Amino acid sequence: MSINPPIEPTGGAGAPVDPAESVENAIELKEVEGLSQGRIVLRRFLRHRGAMISSVVLVLIILLVTTSIGWGPIPGWWTYGYRDLDTIVNAGGAPTMGFKDGGFVFGQHPFGQDNIGHDGFAMVMRGTQQSLTVMFVIGLLSTVIGVIIGALAGYFRGWLDGLLMRLTDMFITIPVIMVGSILGVLVGGASPWSLAIALSLVSWMNMARLVRGQFLALREREFVDAARVAGASDFRIMFKHMLPNAVGVIIVNATLLMASAILLETALSYLGFGINSPEVSLGQLINEYQTAFATRPWLFWWPGLFIVIIALCVNFIGDGLRDAFDPRQRRIPTARALAKADRRKQRAEQRAAAKA
Amino acid sequence: MATSVTTRASGAPSAPDTTVTARTSWFRNIAPTLIFLARRLLSSAVVLLAATFVVYLLLAFALDPLEDLRTSTQLNKEALIEARTRQLDLDTPPVIRYFKWLGALLTGDMGTAFRSGQSVTSMLGNALPNTVQLVALSVVIAIGLGVLVGIVSALRQYTRFDYSVTFLSFVLYSLPSFWVAVLLKLWGAIGFNDFLADPSIPPLVMVIVTLVSGVIWSSIIGGSTRTRWISFAASAVATVAALFFLSETDWLLDPGLGIAGVAVIGVGIAFAVVALSAGVQNRRVLYASLVMVAIGTALYYPLQYAFVYGSWWLMLGLLVTVAIVGVVVAKLFGGWEVSQTARAAIITGIGVGALIFIDRVMQVWLNYTRASQINHRPIATIGSATPGLSGDFWVKNLDTFTHLLLPTIALILISFASYTRYSRASLLEVMNQDYIRTARAKGLPERVVTMRHAFRNALIPLATVIPLDIASLFGGAIITERVFAIPGMGTMFIKALNERDPDPIMGYFLVTGALLVIASIAVDFIYAALDPRIRVNS
Repeated sequence: MSINPPIEPTGGAGAPVDPAESVENAIELKEVEGLSQGRIVLRRFLRHRGAMISSVVLVLIILLVTTSIGWGPIPGWWTYGYRDLDTIVNAGGAPTMGFKDGGFVFGQHPFGQDNIGHDGFAMVMRGTQQSLTVMFVIGLLSTVIGVIIGALAGYFRGWLDGLLMRLTDMFITIPVIMVGSILGVLVGGASPWSLAIALSLVSWMNMARLVRGQFLALREREFVDAARVAGASDFRIMFKHMLPNAVGVIIVNATLLMASAILLETALSYLGFGINSPEVSLGQLINEYQTAFATRPWLFWWPGLFIVIIALCVNFIGDGLRDAFDPRQRRIPTARALAKADRRKQRAEQRAAAKA
Repeated sequence: MATSVTTRASGAPSAPDTTVTARTSWFRNIAPTLIFLARRLLSSAVVLLAATFVVYLLLAFALDPLEDLRTSTQLNKEALIEARTRQLDLDTPPVIRYFKWLGALLTGDMGTAFRSGQSVTSMLGNALPNTVQLVALSVVIAIGLGVLVGIVSALRQYTRFDYSVTFLSFVLYSLPSFWVAVLLKLWGAIGFNDFLADPSIPPLVMVIVTLVSGVIWSSIIGGSTRTRWISFAASAVATVAALFFLSETDWLLDPGLGIAGVAVIGVGIAFAVVALSAGVQNRRVLYASLVMVAIGTALYYPLQYAFVYGSWWLMLGLLVTVAIVGVVVAKLFGGWEVSQTARAAIITGIGVGALIFIDRVMQVWLNYTRASQINHRPIATIGSATPGLSGDFWVKNLDTFTHLLLPTIALILISFASYTRYSRASLLEVMNQDYIRTARAKGLPERVVTMRHAFRNALIPLATVIPLDIASLFGGAIITERVFAIPGMGTMFIKALNERDPDPIMGYFLVTGALLVIASIAVDFIYAALDPRIRVNS
């Protein structure tokens, strides 16, 4: 994860440096001169347009679902709860949102109603809450499991590595959707938390393999030897010295894992092995209303749209993070960015001059 | 895996000892591979065995086969519970039951579904062919399409086309498969069937399709602004002409290529194959391919008679014939690159053969849609065959095709995106290698650099994902099979899980798990075979 060592554009005596490459390096280094690794990553991420838009959209969605119908202690501003029944406003429960009398109106039931008068908007909000909970819990928990197993295997090698990797191989052999369904039957689907914890136990394998690979490479580096000579314990070397160097891979993979987690949860709920009625989740809503597609398509559209948007945002954020953490990523900065770097350098020089 | 597959950096192969006979040196070369294979097989078998143990215990813990009886209101409830407990041996601890199950498995008995009384072996025998049929087709198309789009996207890096493909692949990644499948069912099947009642394309749709195709082609071909406009105009005109033809002649009601269509498209295939493989300047290869098209076209009418007795064996025979004829034609044209000529000729020949095959299937379309079981709604939404439909080889094929169409599209949409991303990244990586620069510096044409030097190497990492993907598709087609009610492996699993029936689930897992294990061993060997820097050894 270290950035390329500075190469002088003029080149050392007889050093076989590709001139074009060294110029590119110089341009890039000029822009990031004097910034910490974290700042460089952050700048690259902020520059990734897709990832930035996705982050904003995801935050907006999270704000919407938490405040609208309320979440735990947070009070909601929406009139209906997800189990409340209301008289059917439009014929068949069609959405009240739309253009009316020359203006855009939300109405009482913007996402429509089902055949007995449940509010579509409240149900989708509740479903998104559950699906997001499952997504974040799986992302966090299976990352922790994967990192611990991968770190132990990669750091200690030997029999422990063999044992843990065979364990990983064993879990990989079991199809996720199959074991997920069985676990869904086992935990009995009403609570997103138990489902998420159960699913995390079967989705850490990829992370463990990646972290192991990182640790196998990192443990040969000099700073690990230095730490050991200085008397650091194994635990300290692993989590204080090596883990921060593997953090890029971990974050990127955790993000992609979350994207597949929400698809897994919705798929299981769709099959009826995830979150079940009376609790709602996005997949469960689609399962419940797919037969009504011809008569009440809005009940099918909105949950699906929310799944797609959330998964898309998370995937884009993961892509942006991967680009940001990738040391090989070489993007020629714009003229504006170069000018900004120039100004920063000048200011630093002025400050230095003022101090002196 | 990292410990068992090592790169051969220094250890060059030992020079063949002149005193040893060829036989022993061959054995000495193959021995490490065999030992490696044996070790991999053994450790994989142990892993698989452990996995079956875990799954068996999980099933014993999670599923309660007595669930329906506990809530039942029947008078002899207790007796029923007792009977089933005895039948399923529920009083025995699960660990001991596992070893009983394993013992039976070793004798070839995979257990019985207690509800239907069917043996798991026969259930698998019924389910597997349906899944294989579904998966095989979709994997082939997804790989072909994904690699093609990925390669083009990499060659046109940072263009509008590239960005659009990237965005599209992200969207496809994020689509829930069940949602897509339901949408396909409603639009693809019901919408298209309604459309077939009066297949005239509205002008607005025509304009949109024309513009889209113009934009896509102009951005694929690229080049200067002038070239872009020319390719835009050409593709737009071609699209409009094709759509107009489809709409006006009601082609969709009674489709067919005819001998003229076979000839024209065949010549197009010949030019495309030659342009990609040897370059159109290579007249020898071009003429050989065109001769293949001519032969195929000449055989169009005679083949119609042979097709009366259509069967897959006949098709296989024709395929072999095409290969032989291709080699003969290549030999006749001679030259210093007979194998290249033969390859192009055979590929063209297979293309023309496929056209004639498609044409023959199209000929039964009209009668097929008119059949009482079909009733002018040919695209099916459920099942894998129309019940009660009788017909010859061609009708059966068409029937399978209309049933597989939508589930195959659903599966392709999901896996297409990852192949695109993968092949794009892989080709970009290869194009930055030194040997590509060398090839360009030698003065090789860009076609040779891309197709011979870059493309082949870019496929190596891809070849290592494909077996694993295929293996996991057997387990992963659960949702698609469920939406389209295809009686395959996934449906069998869901049914067993809903009935709380452990034995079929174990059978399902044995098949998918074993496939996955075999695929991962195959990956190691494919990698070693394709990349000379890597050798398997123990």
